[in-house]
Amino acid sequence: MAKVIVYPPTSMILSDLVERMGHKALVVPESVRKLATADEIESPPLNVTPEEPKKGLRYAAVDVPSGVRGRMALIGPLIEEAEAAIIVEDPGWLTGCAGCSRTNELVRLLIRTKGVPVLDLSYPTDDAEAKAFVQKIKAFLGELK
Amino acid sequence: MIRVAQLSCGAEYSGIQKEIDRAAEKVGAKIIYPEVSLEDILNVEKKFGVSVASGDLNMAMARAVRIVENPELADAVIVMTCFRCAEAAIIRSEIRKFIHEHSRIPVLSYSFTERTTAETLLTRMEALVTTVKYRGLLARENQKGLTAGIDSGSTTTKAVVMRDNQVIGTGWVPTTEVLKSADDAFAAALQEAGIKKEEIQAVGVTGYGRFLVGKHVNARLIQEEITVNSKGAVFLADAQKGPATVIDIGGMDNKAISVQDGIPGGFTMGGICAGASGRFLELAAKRLGVEITELGKLALKGNYKNVAMNSYCIVFGTQSLVNSLSMGCKPEDVAMAACHSVAEQVYEQQLQEIEVKEPVIMVGGTSLIEGLPRAMEQLLQTKVTVPKYAQFIGAVGAALLVSGLLEG
Repeated sequence: MAKVIVYPPTSMILSDLVERMGHKALVVPESVRKLATADEIESPPLNVTPEEPKKGLRYAAVDVPSGVRGRMALIGPLIEEAEAAIIVEDPGWLTGCAGCSRTNELVRLLIRTKGVPVLDLSYPTDDAEAKAFVQKIKAFLGELK
Repeated sequence: MIRVAQLSCGAEYSGIQKEIDRAAEKVGAKIIYPEVSLEDILNVEKKFGVSVASGDLNMAMARAVRIVENPELADAVIVMTCFRCAEAAIIRSEIRKFIHEHSRIPVLSYSFTERTTAETLLTRMEALVTTVKYRGLLARENQKGLTAGIDSGSTTTKAVVMRDNQVIGTGWVPTTEVLKSADDAFAAALQEAGIKKEEIQAVGVTGYGRFLVGKHVNARLIQEEITVNSKGAVFLADAQKGPATVIDIGGMDNKAISVQDGIPGGFTMGGICAGASGRFLELAAKRLGVEITELGKLALKGNYKNVAMNSYCIVFGTQSLVNSLSMGCKPEDVAMAACHSVAEQVYEQQLQEIEVKEPVIMVGGTSLIEGLPRAMEQLLQTKVTVPKYAQFIGAVGAALLVSGLLEG
C-alpha cells in the first residue's frame, strides 16, 4: 500500500479511486477532520486558528498571504507524507478546489519537486476520455507497491 | 440584528473567522453568507465582468452580484481578502466599487493577516453598523439646543460646546490620563462658552477613549469616530448634500471616508505604520527644531522634490530626515518632504480603497499643518477644504448628533 496525494487535494473522486485500488489517499478533508475533531474547538467550524498560518511558514515565506499559509498547514504535511501523486490539470471546481489559485500552484510545485512518481492527467470531457482516465489511474496505482 | 454580508477569500484559513464573528457580535451584528449556486459562480464573468483563477474570489464576486440583485438580503457588506495577495486586492476593490455603484448598501473593505483581531475590526464594524442602524440620526443636518461633544483621541482630547448650530466654546489638551484630559478639555470648552456643566442638555463622546469617558460624563451618545467625524466634517464644510470625501490623518491612525448626503458609504481606516500619521510630523517638527504649529508654514516655503523622503516606516522616515539635513538640505524642503511623504502614503494606501469625490475635506489637528493639505492637493490634483474648527471635528460631530437624541 502506498500513500498517494491527489491534486486537487480536495478531490473525493480521486480519493475514492485511490482507496479502491488498495492505497491510502492523502486528501485535505482528512486533515480538516483531524482539526475539527480535536479535543478543543477554538475556531469552528474548521477549527483553523491563527496558529495554522504560522505552521504554514514551513512551506511559504511570511510575505505569502496568510490564507495560502493556512491552507498549506493542512496540505503541506500531506505532500511530505506522499509516496506517489496523481495530478489532474484543469480539473474544474466540481472535482475539488482549495479556493486559492496561489495555493494550487504551490501544491503542484511541491509535489513535482518531491521526486515521487507522478501521474499527470487531463480532466476528461466525454465518456471515452473518462474511461481512459480511470484506466490510466488504475494502471499507475497497480504499479505502486 | 444588523446583517453584515461577508464576501471574503482566505478568512477561514487565516484563522480569523472567529475574530470577525466576535467583532460583529460586539456591535449587535450578525455575519451572513448569501447563498449562490455553482452556476452563479461559473457565470460570474457575465454579470460581474471578470472571473479569476481562485475559486473563493469568484464566489465572493457571485455573492456581490446576488446582493446587488437582492438588496434585501443584507444591511451592509464587508469585503475581506488576504493582505499581500495581488489577485485578491484587485477583486476586493472591484467588489467594493460594484456594490457602491449598483446599490446603496454601505461597504467596508479590509485586507487581513493572521494577526487581525476582533479589536482591530471593532471600530470599523461599529461604523458599518451605525451607518445602517442610525441612518435617520446621521441624516441630521442641524444642531439644536445646548449640547457638548468630547473627542478622546490618541494624541489629543478635544471638546466643544454648541448652541443652536453654533460652536460657542472649545477645549483642547494633549491626552495623558484619559479621564483627566477629558475633564480638562470639557472644562475649557465650558469656560469659553460661559456655560455651567449642569446646563448642558446632552453630551456625545467619540474617539479611542469613548467608552471610558462616555461612562464618566454620563454621555447620551458614545460613537466611533468614523461616522462622527464624517458628520462633523460635512457640517463644518457646509457639504451636507451630495458626495464628499473626508480625510482625517490622526495621531495614531488615518481615516478616509466616502460620504453621500452626510452618511458614510464606504471607508478605510489604516494604522499599521506610524509613518503615515501625525506622529511622524511631530517627530519631523522636533528634529527641525520648530513647534508643530509652525511646521506647516515652514513647509509651504519648501519643495519636496529636493529631498528624498519615504515615511513608509517611521524609523526609515526619520533616517531619511536626519540624512537629508546632514547633507545640507534646507529645513523648509525637509518640512515639505515630510508632509508630502505622509500625504503620499495615505493617497497610496487608503484613498485607493474609497471613491474620492469632491469636495475633499481634510480634518483633524494635522489638517492645520498647512503643508499637509497642500501636499494632498498636489497628489489629488483637486482643491482640499480645511473647514473652521477642523481640529474639533469629532467633538462637533458628537455634539451635533447627540442633539438629535434630545427630541425623542
